[in-house]
Amino acid sequence: MKAHLTRRYRFSASHRLHSSAMSEEENRRVYGKCNNPYGHGHNYALEVTVGGQVDPRIGMVCDLVELDEFVGREVLDRFGHENLNCLEAFQRVVPTTENLCAEIYRLLERGFRAAAVEKERLEETMLNSFEYCGEAGLGPG
Amino acid sequence: MVYLTRRAEFSASHYYHNPELTPEENRRLFGKCNNPHGHGHNYTLEVTVRGPVDPRSGFVMDLAELKEVLNREVLDAMDHRFLNKEVPEFRERIPTTENLAIAIWERLEPQLKVAELHRVRVYETPDLFVDYYGEP
Repeated sequence: MKAHLTRRYRFSASHRLHSSAMSEEENRRVYGKCNNPYGHGHNYALEVTVGGQVDPRIGMVCDLVELDEFVGREVLDRFGHENLNCLEAFQRVVPTTENLCAEIYRLLERGFRAAAVEKERLEETMLNSFEYCGEAGLGPG
Repeated sequence: MVYLTRRAEFSASHYYHNPELTPEENRRLFGKCNNPHGHGHNYTLEVTVRGPVDPRSGFVMDLAELKEVLNREVLDAMDHRFLNKEVPEFRERIPTTENLAIAIWERLEPQLKVAELHRVRVYETPDLFVDYYGEP
C-alpha cells in the first residue's frame, strides 16, 4: 500500500533580493525592503514529502533517520545560518524563496534514494509559502 | 465536486517491534521507539471526503454523521489506548504513522455511504504526518 510521508524542518538564513538584470531603481521598486543592501533574514520551515510502498518489515515508507540525516546534511547544514547570496547556487539567480525552493528540490531529488521525493513546501514566513514538485506541477490530490 | 475535511484528536501509546527481527536489529532500526513499555503521542487526524453538494441540504455529507463515524470507528477504539495491545490491526502490523493512516482508512471507507473517502492524514507530531489515499 502506498503512503505519503511529510516531515517538517526549520532553518534560518539571510538574503538580499537584487537582480543584476535590473537598474538600481528597478531593483528598489520590484523588491522594496528586500533590496536593502545589508540583507535581512527569515526562519524558514521546510516540508518534504516522500512517497512509496509501506515496507512491511519496518511499517514505514522509508527510515525516518535516513531522511533526517539526508535533509540535515544536504539542506540544513548547507543553508542554515548562511547568507544565501554568498552561496554558489545563488551567484546567478536571485535567492527568492521560489528559487530556494527549486534548489532544495533538486538536491533532494538528485541525492535521496530511500523513497521517491514527491513534493516540497517552503515557508518563508507564516504568511508566505511555496510548493514545488518539479516541472510537472501539482496534481489535484 | 467539493472536498470536506474534519479534524479530530486522540492520544495513544505505541512501540515499534518486528518479531521476525532480532532484539538488536529491532533496537537498531527503531531506536527509542522500540521501548516495549511504549511511549505516546497526541495524534491529529484529518479525514477528507468528497462528493457533489446535495442541492437540498447544501452539504457534501451531514457533518454530524461523519463525526459519529469518526467517534465510533476511530476515537472509541484508539483514544487513550495502547495501540499494540488494544487495537486488533496492530497485533500483526507495526503501529507506525503509515500503518495507522491505512488502518483508519480501512475502518472508515466501508462506513461512508453518502460521500467518498478521499484522504486520511495522520499527524504524529506537528513535524510528521502521513497521507493515505487508498492506493494499493
